[in-house]
Amino acid sequence: MTSNTEQIRFLSCGDSAVTVEFSKEMNEETNRKIRFLAAKIANEGIRGVSESVPTFCSMTIYFDPFVISRKKLEKKILKIISSYKEGSAGKKRVFLIPVCYDGDYAPDMEDVCELTGLSKEEVIDIHSSTDYLIYMLGFLPGFPYLGGMDKRIEAPRLDSPRTTIPVGAVGIGGKQTGIYPLASPGGWRLIGRTPVKVYDPDREAPIVYRAGDYIRFCPISAEEFEKIAATGGSEIKVREEN
Amino acid sequence: MPKMTIISPGPLSTIQDAGRFGYMDTGFSPNGAMDLYSMKIANLLVGNAMCDGVIEMTMMGVSVKFDATSTVAITGADMQPELNGEPTKMYAAIEVKAGDVLSLKMAKSGMRSYLAVAGGFDIPLAMGSMSTNLKCALGGFEGRKLKKGDEILLRQSVPKAHVGSRDIKPENNFENTIVVRVVLGPQDDYFTENGINTFLTSEYTVSDKSDRMGVRLDGEQIENKNGVDIISDGIATGAVQIPASGTPIIMMADRQTTGGYAKIATVISADLKNIAQAKPGTKVKFKAVREKEAVSLKKEEDKKLKKLQYELTYSVWKD
Repeated sequence: MTSNTEQIRFLSCGDSAVTVEFSKEMNEETNRKIRFLAAKIANEGIRGVSESVPTFCSMTIYFDPFVISRKKLEKKILKIISSYKEGSAGKKRVFLIPVCYDGDYAPDMEDVCELTGLSKEEVIDIHSSTDYLIYMLGFLPGFPYLGGMDKRIEAPRLDSPRTTIPVGAVGIGGKQTGIYPLASPGGWRLIGRTPVKVYDPDREAPIVYRAGDYIRFCPISAEEFEKIAATGGSEIKVREEN
Repeated sequence: MPKMTIISPGPLSTIQDAGRFGYMDTGFSPNGAMDLYSMKIANLLVGNAMCDGVIEMTMMGVSVKFDATSTVAITGADMQPELNGEPTKMYAAIEVKAGDVLSLKMAKSGMRSYLAVAGGFDIPLAMGSMSTNLKCALGGFEGRKLKKGDEILLRQSVPKAHVGSRDIKPENNFENTIVVRVVLGPQDDYFTENGINTFLTSEYTVSDKSDRMGVRLDGEQIENKNGVDIISDGIATGAVQIPASGTPIIMMADRQTTGGYAKIATVISADLKNIAQAKPGTKVKFKAVREKEAVSLKKEEDKKLKKLQYELTYSVWKD
């Protein structure tokens, strides 16, 4: 086997699922390999495989054991992964999420400034100047676990979580930042809100991004927020890079 | 269009089919009936496709009034169904007429019953499925549990004569102690030998905090090696998660798709129905089997359903 596959372990998840563990720690290279496998399965398909769920260091694959045995499936997976070459994970897709960091849209901004010792402008500038890699989606539909947030804006979670966080809220929880795709309880500090619908059950793709894509937050004013919200907010812009 | 009106909804009655597939990578739980086996039999008894939408009732059933002739079947937990106040059969095709009231009571045994109506419900699919996703208010009847006064449209009025006289031996034989077979993994290596031994030899009790997300068990704590936190990974149906408290949670239809606690084992597909039907207080003992055995047990269950489907489709039964 090639170096691509030497760390791979297959973890049993009963008779109809298996978790492919790529490595024991999360990093961008591992994520690219996972993304490569996810794309291969999505584009070419494996007969008998119904779903594949990419996570930080692994991917859980659901299969029909009457159609493909786990042994055969593992062989196929190893074959795909060994064909991975650096740069073969495809185009970088960056989803542009407009965020209003002002007023009522950012109830915890003052606290975050105090905790970090930064001005509001600095927090916004730092938060919106990175392409964040989506390591995985989970917790809620479309909730992205993002990597790469600047240490300077890390802020601990709230001591007692809010019972409702509004849809579209953008927050910081410890070393992570993210968006709430639907209203939910949660303990993150809210520094902004997006008018676009990250989750839209009526859109052709209810969730537009996948693990392996990137998210970039783009600051907007309260007026722009209203304008986008008035359009329904179903459209999310994407930038593609090679 | 014919319809049925909910007179009394029971504590948690939702529309479910086999589940919402193809969206797990974006964080959508599959939802769907907890006891898929009973759901499929209910559909077969009224001549529906096996995975059509049904009403899943929890602990206590619904009362519904029909406004047209229709054929229905109830499977799963024995909720002592009555038609216009007279006891009627479970696991049988029953004809109802306009004005008839079908009412179910507390589950005498088991936890969940399934009500299928011939021809199915006229409910639009949401993301490919009729299943209710309560968290997202998606699918099913307006994305929520049923309440009094809800009018569920039926695709058509189907007299029993069109379905045939269908009546099978009730399968609802729910024990107070169940043996649940599991395949160890994905993270059994997070637990000590002692811990695995505890898991496989002690008796657990189904907690009343169980729901469609997870069946929680009380009992002896399972010893881990260095904590149970993992880097979040996928959670399969039936995964037996061991959080810091040390007692198992079996992850079911409405579970989160990913999670950060170690999973000691996975309940085999063929035994998920037993967990789905285990009411609070039920004793659970785990037994480890090999994956191969789990697959052949799944196959057996599949064969049983296909045989039933064949018999109900191609033979005319007499009462």
